[in-house]
Amino acid sequence: MAKYLLLKHYRGAPAPPNDVPADQWAPGEWDAHVRYMGEFAAKLQRSGEFVTEHALSPDGVWVRSDGPDRPPVTDGPFAETKDLIAGFMIIDVDSDERALELAAELSAAPGAGGVPIQEWLELRPLLSPLPVISE
Amino acid sequence: MSVDAAELRRLAPRVLAAVVRRGADFGTADDAVQQAMVRALSAWETAPPKDPEAWLVTVAWRAFIDITRSDAARRNREARVDAEPPAGPSVAADDTLQLYFLCAHPELTTSSAVALTLRAVGGLTTAQIAQAYLVPEATMAQRISRAKRTIADHGLAGPGDLATVMRTLYLVFNEGYSGDIDLAAEAIRLTRQLAFLADHPEVDGLLSLMLLHHARRFSRTRPDGQIVALAEQDRTQWDTDLIAEGVDILQAALARQQVGNYQCQAAIAALHADAQHFEDTDWPQIVGWYDELLTYTDTPIVRLNRVVAIGQANGPRAGLAALEDIPHHVPRRDAVAAHLHERDGALELAAALYASAARSAPNVAERNHQTRQAARLNALIRHEG
Repeated sequence: MAKYLLLKHYRGAPAPPNDVPADQWAPGEWDAHVRYMGEFAAKLQRSGEFVTEHALSPDGVWVRSDGPDRPPVTDGPFAETKDLIAGFMIIDVDSDERALELAAELSAAPGAGGVPIQEWLELRPLLSPLPVISE
Repeated sequence: MSVDAAELRRLAPRVLAAVVRRGADFGTADDAVQQAMVRALSAWETAPPKDPEAWLVTVAWRAFIDITRSDAARRNREARVDAEPPAGPSVAADDTLQLYFLCAHPELTTSSAVALTLRAVGGLTTAQIAQAYLVPEATMAQRISRAKRTIADHGLAGPGDLATVMRTLYLVFNEGYSGDIDLAAEAIRLTRQLAFLADHPEVDGLLSLMLLHHARRFSRTRPDGQIVALAEQDRTQWDTDLIAEGVDILQAALARQQVGNYQCQAAIAALHADAQHFEDTDWPQIVGWYDELLTYTDTPIVRLNRVVAIGQANGPRAGLAALEDIPHHVPRRDAVAAHLHERDGALELAAALYASAARSAPNVAERNHQTRQAARLNALIRHEG
């Protein structure tokens, strides 16, 4: 029983085998891609492993404090070279192997030509609660 | 009059066993008992029943019939159950024990077994279990209904496996104290009941282990969640009644001479609980119990904990020598190495190891603890240098 974060990147991940930008796909291929993602999430809901998911807007800025009584300092929009996260999903699974298996399945969403993109997803374990028994 | 939720939960497995005994399938019976418990919460406010268990069985049975009828109507076939519950014999202890076995069925994943045990034996609602494990209620509901389908598909052949039941309860206990539901207290309650139903020294060992750790719960962390190391814990905060009970149960179990994993772990916990001060701890005997524990459960984590005990019993050099046999990827190895090197006077190495332990910590509290250790040593080094 451990939670993992799956991160999908707009930019910054290594190039996948089926590396064609979505705006070059044939009509209907984007819909097939979105359908695959939706069915994947629904499957995890049925299996009791789904926690949450969200797509993120590519719009965003860096922001930091500039000291008391001063407005926040921002820097942005993000440069084209920056690693950019497209969305995330959190799953709750019984093993590391299961997390890898599910990430690979999500990575196989179809892209150009209906062929799996096999895009690189980032898989990150969430830190767990402090166990009672430690010695 | 407000309804005693704890009493209601205590009755839940007995009521479920009664409904199953009257011919209901486990999955539907569990849904029916949940409905009856929700009804009880409001109905008993104004009219508390004379016999709460009989009330729950009657209401749960009616709910079972309603569910079965609506299912049957959907499938367009006749309901095959009687409207009135047949007079069955009263619930035997074996029926409740059988529920434990079903909920920890070997075909279930651990998370499913945990969820089903908390619901069907523990009488918690799906919402409460979801909240305790920080997942959406819909996810927990699916996990539970899948678990029920697995059980329905496989059934329970043979006498049931006590080891998987104990492992499930151990996992619930170890999940700890986050959230509104005190999972540790819930695990103790269910293990107490199991010890009553199943006469086995390892169940007693598990119960003792839980009580001895639970006794120290208020000293383990500060109110803000900061970890307090065993050596620094305020032992006056330890619950002496729980310790005495845990030790009594353990001694009776050990006298039966069927030692196992949980009795060994409880013996180690008892030796810690027995020491008035950290310096009084009988480390050589703890090492002996780790050696015994290894004969039942030879895991890297047990071996690492044994290294800690050796370091206390025979000094940091002995601990560091024993640490050589522990593979580098074992969780918390850097934390143990840091502590041993610090006691051995190698402060810079220790500080680097604490920082490394923080980076690989499996939870936030340990990460913060190891970060503070690294900062403390680095400040000391700067001050001395």
